Amino acid sequence: MVNESKVPLAELRNAHKSYGPVHALSGCNLQIHPGEVVAMLGPNGAGKTTAVNLMMGLLKPDEGQAQLFGVAPRHARARIRTGVMLQVSGVPDTLRVKEHIKLFSSYYPNPMPLERVLAVSGLKGLENRSFGKLSGGQKQRLLFGLAICGRPELVFLDEPTVGLDVEARRAMWDEIKDLVQHGTSVALTTHYLEEADFLADRIVILNKGKIIAEGSPEQIKTLAAKKCIRCYTSLNATQLAVLPGVVSVREHRHGVEILTAMAEETLKLMFTKDPGLSQLEIVGAGLEEAFLNLTQDNDTEVAA
Amino acid sequence: MSQGYERNVLPIYFLEAKYEFLNTLRTPGFVLPSLAFPLMFYAFFGIAFGGGNGGQQAAYLAATYGVFGVIGPALFGFGVGIATERSQGWLMLKQASPMPGMAYFTAKLTMSLIFAQMILILLFSLAAFGGNVNFTPGQWATLYLTISLGNIPFCALGLLIGSWSPARASVAIVNLVYLPMSFLSGLWIPVNMLPKFMGDLAVLFPPYHLAQLALKVIDMDQGGQVWVHVVVLLVQTVLFLWLALIGFRRKVRD
Repeated sequence: MVNESKVPLAELRNAHKSYGPVHALSGCNLQIHPGEVVAMLGPNGAGKTTAVNLMMGLLKPDEGQAQLFGVAPRHARARIRTGVMLQVSGVPDTLRVKEHIKLFSSYYPNPMPLERVLAVSGLKGLENRSFGKLSGGQKQRLLFGLAICGRPELVFLDEPTVGLDVEARRAMWDEIKDLVQHGTSVALTTHYLEEADFLADRIVILNKGKIIAEGSPEQIKTLAAKKCIRCYTSLNATQLAVLPGVVSVREHRHGVEILTAMAEETLKLMFTKDPGLSQLEIVGAGLEEAFLNLTQDNDTEVAA
Repeated sequence: MSQGYERNVLPIYFLEAKYEFLNTLRTPGFVLPSLAFPLMFYAFFGIAFGGGNGGQQAAYLAATYGVFGVIGPALFGFGVGIATERSQGWLMLKQASPMPGMAYFTAKLTMSLIFAQMILILLFSLAAFGGNVNFTPGQWATLYLTISLGNIPFCALGLLIGSWSPARASVAIVNLVYLPMSFLSGLWIPVNMLPKFMGDLAVLFPPYHLAQLALKVIDMDQGGQVWVHVVVLLVQTVLFLWLALIGFRRKVRD
């Protein structure tokens, strides 16, 4: 028998997925381990949802492998241990909150009592309300309730707070945190850095179908804050390396390339020491594109 | 480590069907036309303008409006229901959940069959007591059973529409299939009273074959062989299911 503790809950191995000419995911390796909260962060079209859909077995990889609890994701044994919250634009409207929960609870061998699901997802007092009459935040909470009612070991949350106002988002975060404290592992997608930072143990950044960075929220934030300065200067590498914030200095075909955590401070001193500095160029440290898109798309996004 | 992963799937099938039925029952836009139209049409054309009193027209239309009646919930329940739930992402959430895939379809089938029974009971009561149609108990029972089972090919047709149609177009598509097909199959006017080129088309449509089976029970059919009609219905059902499967596969890839 396979030692279960060594098997990742969900795994993508060199997974490729294309829709026609569009490469949604190219060569993605990802593991979700027991007890972990992993956030997949990236702009629209980065491949987050495709990655989740492959792990859940809603899509099949063109190349590579997807596994859930060590078996094929469509296997009933795997799905019975999994809860799912997807972006859903509509649900059978006339069914009441408690009816939806009872139905989804019936899919699992050992579901939570109804009262507990209502409490955990913040729907107490709304059990007899039909889905069509819920507010946006309440609908989202019911979908969360449906994902967790079966006491799953792993929960997939695809954009759990998209379209919610600040208060509702905070409430959803608390519910997710609470879930994690009770030992559930979570794989979530988001395009809010703040959300990934608040919830996750590990952040995976996707852009254009590739994982471009992976690490703890601290590591990711440091990485994101770093800037790369390129210029022609008379200062040599040793002089540059001791400036505040500088992480590394590299000779470059077009002058010198300086990686710094405090671009403004570094530059101030560089100009003081070398007023003749020229051809100045400042870019982010590889994550710029992903993060630029993140901040820009936040408010204009339409749930797809 | 395998303890606790066993579950009983029967309650899932039961609850899935129960809530599908409840959801449908609470949708007046579905219930009223499904139940009212066959009854209303029968009251007009079978009783008021058909002479009533056990006449030929009242008898013929009792069978054919029965067929017309059971097609409705099948096409609307499967066609519009699945197209809508597919486009909303609800079907995908169900697929990702541990629900056995068949539970979704048997729930819709159960709903459609229950509505078919409701329509037939109401329609036959109207025919017997309002239209004085006097079939033998054996004829009533056979007619009832034939038309009830005849619901199934139309569930397959509904599934086909639901698997291909965009949600917003689904109601229009179902109506465009349902009404002309019913007319051309002789459900409103006997096929031999239609212009010849129209009447010749009837054999293409499943309602024609179901109607002929129903009319044979009361000896008002065109004289075709029972097995021919049954085989045609079976072949069409398989064809619809196959095309629906292609539709679902294509949609998954979108």
